[in-house]
Amino acid sequence: MKKGYFGDFGGQFVPELLMPPLLELETVLNEVVRTDDFRARLAGELRDYVGRPSALTRCPTLSERTGVDIWLKREDLNHSGSHKINNTIGQGLLTKMIGKKVLMAETGAGQHGVATATAAARFGLSCVVFMGALDVERQSHNVHRMKLLGAEVVAVESGTRTLKDAINAALRYWIAEQRSAHYCFGTAAGPHPFPELVHEFQAVISREARAQFLERAGRLPHAVVACVGGGSNAIGMFHEFLPDRGVRLIGVEAGGSGEPGCFNSAPLNLGAPGVLHGMHTQLLQTKEGQILPSHSIAPGLDYPGVGPEHSALQASGRAEYGLVNDAQALAAFQALTLSEGILPALESCHALAWVLENAAALKGQSVIVCLSGRGDKDLDIVEQNLG
Amino acid sequence: MNSLLTEKITAAKAAGRLGLIPFLPGGYPDKAGFWDVLAALDAGGADIIEIGMPFSDPVADGPVVEAASLQALEQGVNLAWILSGLAANRARLSAGIVLMGYYNPVLQYGLERFAEDAAKAGVNGLILADLPFEEAGEIRALLAARNIDLIPLVGLNTSRERMKLYAGNARGFVYFVSVLGTTGERTSLPDEVRQGLALARECFDIPLALGFGIKSPEQLKELSGLIDAAVFGSSLIRHLDAGGDAAGFMARWAK
Ligand SMILES: Cc1ncc(COP(=O)(O)O)c(C=O)c1O
Repeated sequence: MKKGYFGDFGGQFVPELLMPPLLELETVLNEVVRTDDFRARLAGELRDYVGRPSALTRCPTLSERTGVDIWLKREDLNHSGSHKINNTIGQGLLTKMIGKKVLMAETGAGQHGVATATAAARFGLSCVVFMGALDVERQSHNVHRMKLLGAEVVAVESGTRTLKDAINAALRYWIAEQRSAHYCFGTAAGPHPFPELVHEFQAVISREARAQFLERAGRLPHAVVACVGGGSNAIGMFHEFLPDRGVRLIGVEAGGSGEPGCFNSAPLNLGAPGVLHGMHTQLLQTKEGQILPSHSIAPGLDYPGVGPEHSALQASGRAEYGLVNDAQALAAFQALTLSEGILPALESCHALAWVLENAAALKGQSVIVCLSGRGDKDLDIVEQNLG
Repeated sequence: MNSLLTEKITAAKAAGRLGLIPFLPGGYPDKAGFWDVLAALDAGGADIIEIGMPFSDPVADGPVVEAASLQALEQGVNLAWILSGLAANRARLSAGIVLMGYYNPVLQYGLERFAEDAAKAGVNGLILADLPFEEAGEIRALLAARNIDLIPLVGLNTSRERMKLYAGNARGFVYFVSVLGTTGERTSLPDEVRQGLALARECFDIPLALGFGIKSPEQLKELSGLIDAAVFGSSLIRHLDAGGDAAGFMARWAK
């Protein structure tokens, strides 16, 4: 296979000016990140700072009601509230170890921005976060959190003023500041080696979940389910189960309002292959190759592309990708909150909603849902929609 | 086969001047007047004209070019419009023609179909800002078969090793990016530009054009001898936006 590719997907479609830092990062991945020293330090941070291992929680009420044995991998219990911290602590640590001073990032919902600002504070790095101007308005709490953590938040006014434009702005900034800044990419997407790097840091989710489930249930689950925005929590949830052919891997995309032709965030279900943000992958685009705006009630899923490894897993048939709309995600939010006392992030609700929607077919089976984050950040959206 | 782009710059050099390469997004400022503006640039002394293929997510561009491209997109400019319009107007233009843009619109058009239609329209070269050497093999071969040059972009951080990689099969001219940054005018060029240009000169045996951030002919005086041609986009767009015409813009450069 071509270097940096997963099947037909992946690659490095960036201006030549970004090739030197990407090649440097590839060296860092192989010569720093994959060493015992780095792994030991990271393990220490994950244990003592992030609070890992995160719990594996069985849902007795929901399980009884649906007839499906439902378990949650609790990334919502991580410091700063989501799986994003696994990746930013990893990239923050590598930034520190290679001697760069600035941790820069893009963010949509603000979760990755908060996690990056947190890691920057932890490692004594300065932090710049690019965020679409529309998202700055929609996610003011997270903007405030980032600023309190010492980050500079740059509101991006170009294009659709959302995550995809924040990524464009971040790539532009990185071209100029590559000598001092590390681009802490927020998901398992972008040009090689980011999909591999983020995968490396998120694999801890399934490493823990697989061992925890084996210990508690004495066997493997029938399926693992995770929401897919860029695809990082899903890749993390899938990784350790990839060789377990009997375990279904299910990613869940956001269908938006669900009407035919509505804006959605489901490039694997409703897109076509193309090139954006340095990668060849499934994209929401016009026939002419212009990128379409995306939408989801869950701000963290609102992205017209997806990490290339998911495109490859879909093409090979190893993973399946479902579609859940805004209303179904909200129903899952209510179900989990009322029946188990856990307020999930709206992103994660898509994964849970898929299980609830498909309960009849899953009867008698065990599934682990990746609860990628907590819902505190979404309370305004929930209130607007549920009253 | 000879490269028309190389010849154009070499001829300018023989006449004792810099090759002039204006850039304008296809269909900008508006679809109706676009080909007349190109004809005026041509008559005003452009040796090569770069036509931008608008893309929704132009990562290598600064705000002026991005806004102009989005304005063109809103008017429905697409690759088919540019290629058919060029085919109809090519006879009016004596300059070499280079298309510049991003990979996805070309990929969706179909690489083979694109190469075929570009050749028919009289395109001489292609610049894809997000297609580094490693990813360019397929389209380079399709273009080379039709005598269209894939122009390499290199910059201040391009190592000798990577320059040699590009030089191995480079045709037309080399596009040297003057800044570690996006398109857009700068008041001064970084000192490292001189070293970068010298390295590029050593590695390539085709003409060297400098682009990104070029504001005025005066700015380039200090680089005389180090470059063979200059590319200007943002400053031309700004000139047109301010009500200036293409002939007036070229007059500043062509003297
Ligand atoms: C809580 C949560 N879950 C999931 C996602 C989606 O990202 P990914 O698919 O990369 O895990 C986000 C992104 O912001 C998020 O905040």
